[in-house]
Amino acid sequence: MHKAHEIIFAGFGGQGVLSMGQIIAYAAMIEDKEVSWMPSYGPEMRGGTANCTVIVSDSKISSPIISTFDSAIVLNQPSLDKFEKAVKPGGLLLFEESAIINLPTRSDIEILSIPANEEALKLNMKRVANMILVGAFLEKRPIVKIENILNALKKVLPERHHHLIPVNKDALAKGKELVNEEIKL
Amino acid sequence: MDQTLELIREARLMKGNEALAEAAIRAGVQAYFGYPITPQSEILEYLSREMPKRGGIVLQAESELAAINMIYGASGAGARVMTSSSSPGISLMQEGLSYIASAQLPCLVVNVNRGGPGLGTIQPSQGDYFQATKGGGHGDYHLIVLAPASVQEMADFVFDAITLAEKYRNPALILADGALGQMMEKVELPEEGSLEYPEKSWATVGKPKERERNIITSLFIQPEKMEKINLELQEKYRRLKEEVRYELVSTDDAEILMVAYGLSARICQKTIDLAREKGIKLGLLRPITLYPFPEEAVASFASKVDFYLVVEMNAGQMIEDVKLSVNGSRPVFHYGRMGGMISSPEEVLSKVEEILETQSVSNTSTGR
Amino acid sequence: MQINDSIEGLELVYQRPATLTDTPFHYCPGCGHGVAHKLLMEVVEEMGIQENTIGVAPVGCSVFAYHYMNIDMQEAAHGRASAVATGIKRVLPDKFVFSYQGDGDLAAIGTAETIHTVNRGENILIVFINNGIYGMTGGQMAPTTLIGQITSTSPYGRDEKLIGYPLKITDMIAILPGAFYVTRQSVNTAGNVRKLKKAFQKSFEFQKLNKGTCFIEVVSNCPSGWGMTPVEANKWMEENMFPYYPLGDLKVPRTEKEKGSNNA
Repeated sequence: MHKAHEIIFAGFGGQGVLSMGQIIAYAAMIEDKEVSWMPSYGPEMRGGTANCTVIVSDSKISSPIISTFDSAIVLNQPSLDKFEKAVKPGGLLLFEESAIINLPTRSDIEILSIPANEEALKLNMKRVANMILVGAFLEKRPIVKIENILNALKKVLPERHHHLIPVNKDALAKGKELVNEEIKL
Repeated sequence: MDQTLELIREARLMKGNEALAEAAIRAGVQAYFGYPITPQSEILEYLSREMPKRGGIVLQAESELAAINMIYGASGAGARVMTSSSSPGISLMQEGLSYIASAQLPCLVVNVNRGGPGLGTIQPSQGDYFQATKGGGHGDYHLIVLAPASVQEMADFVFDAITLAEKYRNPALILADGALGQMMEKVELPEEGSLEYPEKSWATVGKPKERERNIITSLFIQPEKMEKINLELQEKYRRLKEEVRYELVSTDDAEILMVAYGLSARICQKTIDLAREKGIKLGLLRPITLYPFPEEAVASFASKVDFYLVVEMNAGQMIEDVKLSVNGSRPVFHYGRMGGMISSPEEVLSKVEEILETQSVSNTSTGR
Repeated sequence: MQINDSIEGLELVYQRPATLTDTPFHYCPGCGHGVAHKLLMEVVEEMGIQENTIGVAPVGCSVFAYHYMNIDMQEAAHGRASAVATGIKRVLPDKFVFSYQGDGDLAAIGTAETIHTVNRGENILIVFINNGIYGMTGGQMAPTTLIGQITSTSPYGRDEKLIGYPLKITDMIAILPGAFYVTRQSVNTAGNVRKLKKAFQKSFEFQKLNKGTCFIEVVSNCPSGWGMTPVEANKWMEENMFPYYPLGDLKVPRTEKEKGSNNA
């Protein structure tokens, strides 16, 4: 049986939801894995809910359209309400702490709350909240190496934005740290 | 992160629409005429950015109607040309496509199918199968229709479609859907300049003294002449059957054959995995050319499988071609979602199980 | 006896241009199309651009223009001639490209293509034959049919309250920045024939210099469609069409001198 990891990233448009999926897809491509990235698209993307499905696999991907996920990374309440039930038993649900009022209730999946927005503000870079979540996710499910996320960023960011790579690196590390703190608690 | 999005694309983890657009440049498309419409505007955007840098012509027309007629003019003038649109825009192009087919001009048309009818939805659909494969406009004609099922094929089929269009002097259509256009996958792009330009002695490029004038027309007012042209076209469509292409997945021991193209075929591949875990022997025939339709290949399974299941993102269109191919020798069922909804692999499996149940009930009741 | 024998010793003062085929025109007696075709092709011959000229025929009476014009041509769908011409010109920018269209084709079904082609300043010539009627389909009302004019689809005369006004599309064209040279001519008199020929010449000269769209309206007649003799038709045209569609230049390129005085 081939090994594949199926993830949904969901939140509001503008939260970097699509980028999170893309950067993981790109890192997986660097590692010579098969990938697919399928976005929701349409006028609702600006400010409305947005999501993308990413599949990372060791072998050819059959359907890019899937209805259950190994992991869900959720950045707003409507997405939590929608996708909590779509996580496979034993799967991972990771959400941004400040965005969620009604907490998830399932007991057959692993649930992690990450204060990504708060920590991003501490890093003086609100927009890296999504990278904190990526760092946290990869700590729990190391489907690609952190160094390849950085390699992907190096490749995809234009030279003039390379100064942003260190803060992204810090964000990824912070995500990892938060997961480990969480576990200690 | 906007820049990130931008550059990931260049790194060849590409959206289907952009892979197709880049492939068009590499396939030597000399002119593109189009009009924005979701979910394929990335094609026009990508080409607007890249074509001028690489010596090509790109023009945003005032309508799809104008765009397809610019295609007529430019193809008639001998250029390798392309347009793209999505369902409502493709409907507007039908007039021009009928003329282009009659005047026997090669061109590439891309339909990134969205849900309809009417203005419909911008979500993916396969509701344009009839329009694509049966002609679409007035008169007896066909387009050559290729249906990609991956981002890689979105790129590769540009080369195949242009090759066929020029070989047969016939418009070729790539029928994709919104999801294939928007999704990203790894893609290896075909090499630039690998497609040669054929001699087009019929093109209107200006009449040298020593040759008769070239005329590009679809008007043959004498019925005798018009019938002759029709017979020529029909002969061409018969020859086209040599170009039939399809893919078989897990069919060696299949007891049930699914027939699906494009994104639906990808979904069915997952259904096969799910079904085989339960011991249901599912197989898939994926037509790659929708016109010409792989009728012989579809028919060849009639003696091997219990029934056919056609899976489409429409109310049942390709099923008619499957039924004609099978010609009543086996039951043919359909499963489809419409209006931009996409079937999940699990839904398709449920349909298979439901059919199996009713089949076994009817078998019992007839005493088998 | 051959024609050459009969004219032996005579001076050749007129012949069919080599840019016209030997096919006799199918146009009705008195129709302006034949003259316009001949003038256009004379200019192509005189300028020596037969090898470099591509024409686009419309749907309408001149649908078979390519039977007569001895150049490479394309036959466009109804109203789309200027889009087709755009496609040709964009891929063959060094060639001379013209479309030849009637009023129904250019000013009704093809209005969008006409306006946008000119607005882009496509470097082509658009010839617009305006006879105020659909000739080929048997005399129906056209966008340019005059108020009160009787046609088979305005049997009580064109009523502007019901179907609007005769469209002065050439006036609309003239205000577009993409239009370089816009003129309205006719072929009713020898003098006007000469003027139209001059307009064709200028248009091709401008095209050679990549100046933008040249647009020539030819106010013409339709003896069959109007139910008149050729003589009556010309008279009716002069008395009714010309007041509404006055002849003359609507937009002429400013000379360098004029430009200079503006700048000063």
